[in-house]
Amino acid sequence: MLESYFPVLVFILVGLGFGIVPILLGRLVAPWRPDSEKLSPYECGFEAFEDARMKFDVRYYLIAILFILFDLEIAFLFPWATVFQDFIAAGEHAWFVFGAVMVFLAVLVIGYIVEWKNGALDWE
Amino acid sequence: MEAMLEPVAQFFGPTWPLVWTLVKIVAIIAPLMICVAYLTLAERKVIGYMQVRIGPNRVGPLGLLQPIADGMKLLFKEIIVPSGASKGLFILGPILAIAPSLVAWAVVPFDEGLVLANVNAGLLFLLAVTSMEVYGVIVAGWASNSKYPFLGSMRAAAQMVSYEVSMGFALICVLLISASLNLTDIVLSQGSGRFHDMGLSFLSWNWLPLLPMFVVFVISGIAETNRAPFDVVEGEAEVVAGHMVEYSGMSFALFFLAEYANMILVSILTSVLFLGGWLSPVGFLPDGFHWLALKTAAILFIFLWARATFPRFRYDHIMRLGWKVFIPVTLVWVIVVAVWMMSPLSIWR
Repeated sequence: MLESYFPVLVFILVGLGFGIVPILLGRLVAPWRPDSEKLSPYECGFEAFEDARMKFDVRYYLIAILFILFDLEIAFLFPWATVFQDFIAAGEHAWFVFGAVMVFLAVLVIGYIVEWKNGALDWE
Repeated sequence: MEAMLEPVAQFFGPTWPLVWTLVKIVAIIAPLMICVAYLTLAERKVIGYMQVRIGPNRVGPLGLLQPIADGMKLLFKEIIVPSGASKGLFILGPILAIAPSLVAWAVVPFDEGLVLANVNAGLLFLLAVTSMEVYGVIVAGWASNSKYPFLGSMRAAAQMVSYEVSMGFALICVLLISASLNLTDIVLSQGSGRFHDMGLSFLSWNWLPLLPMFVVFVISGIAETNRAPFDVVEGEAEVVAGHMVEYSGMSFALFFLAEYANMILVSILTSVLFLGGWLSPVGFLPDGFHWLALKTAAILFIFLWARATFPRFRYDHIMRLGWKVFIPVTLVWVIVVAVWMMSPLSIWR
């Protein structure tokens, strides 16, 4: 069971290695002559006016929160979707299983409508 | 095969499983990298011909050595670490971008039984790993400490998470009708049904009953990989090259490889989930890996075609499409599929 994940673990290490090796190789093979002009941040030829880590629109933050909600919902739907066909095949409890998930979805859809009406999804 | 490898296995002793896994991983990554290299050439050629140009044709016959020349050039370019950047994170960014785009291939089945890790939660693993891809972009944009990368990575983060939601709902639909998270099972479940018995297997695949989901999945895939017409992340007229502005040489090449590896990944996933993987489209032809390769190439061509055809979306339109069109459509279709499965008209019993 768990040993079927062993190749995945090895693959993660190989994947990280695949990222590190070319950078090391490039550092060894390519020239390395830094100067202050070359290392300055790119701003179309100007000197940097201010620190680049500036304020950003709160909407990005809002999108991140909404994403967590919806992604959690998807994570909760995964087990239901996997076993739903078994319940249909068994017969009796299919409508109950369906109804339970619909209640769960309905709560989220109400929240989604409220967000929409309040303009959280508008991007102007 | 097993008998032939026996002496080699004895030579390595207890480390044999590790060595054999590494061999298989190389057997996945090496062809993948060749595909990535020639996808870049194919892109330039396809877009070239669509714009009545001939594309690169100087390096080697028909320009076939162009990707190798590009790779060599990038290798010999200086890797610049800007003075204002957070050095560690700046180096880490491209590594975080390339690693997930390779790791996801661990669970992709190429043929029946031809998969590195036949895990039973394959789809969940893919959802988790592809979510990691956004970190490379965010880390790169933040660490650069420069305005364009910062803006680009903010856009990338919001865009990628938005389309991940609709992609997730599309996966739920596939999951409902195949009742398994294992990708091999998902493919095999598409090889049955009324049309399959009539010899028209391609009408039994998931794309037909899940047509809206198929369309949403392909479009979300284009948005998720930040490809045109959703490439505001690196829109050169607005933010120069987004999170990649400050990168050069091999650290830039890694972002490039990751982007193209992700394109191929999304295409092969579309083929596996919706287009019957390695199954043959008609009854009288044998199944095999060549079908999967053909379907993947067709989806990749759509990626290139879209880039040559559509002008870039405006950012607010992208967000509106993701949140106000795709999420309601996918949400409704999940319910439609669930009701359809319970009704007497169900085609999946």
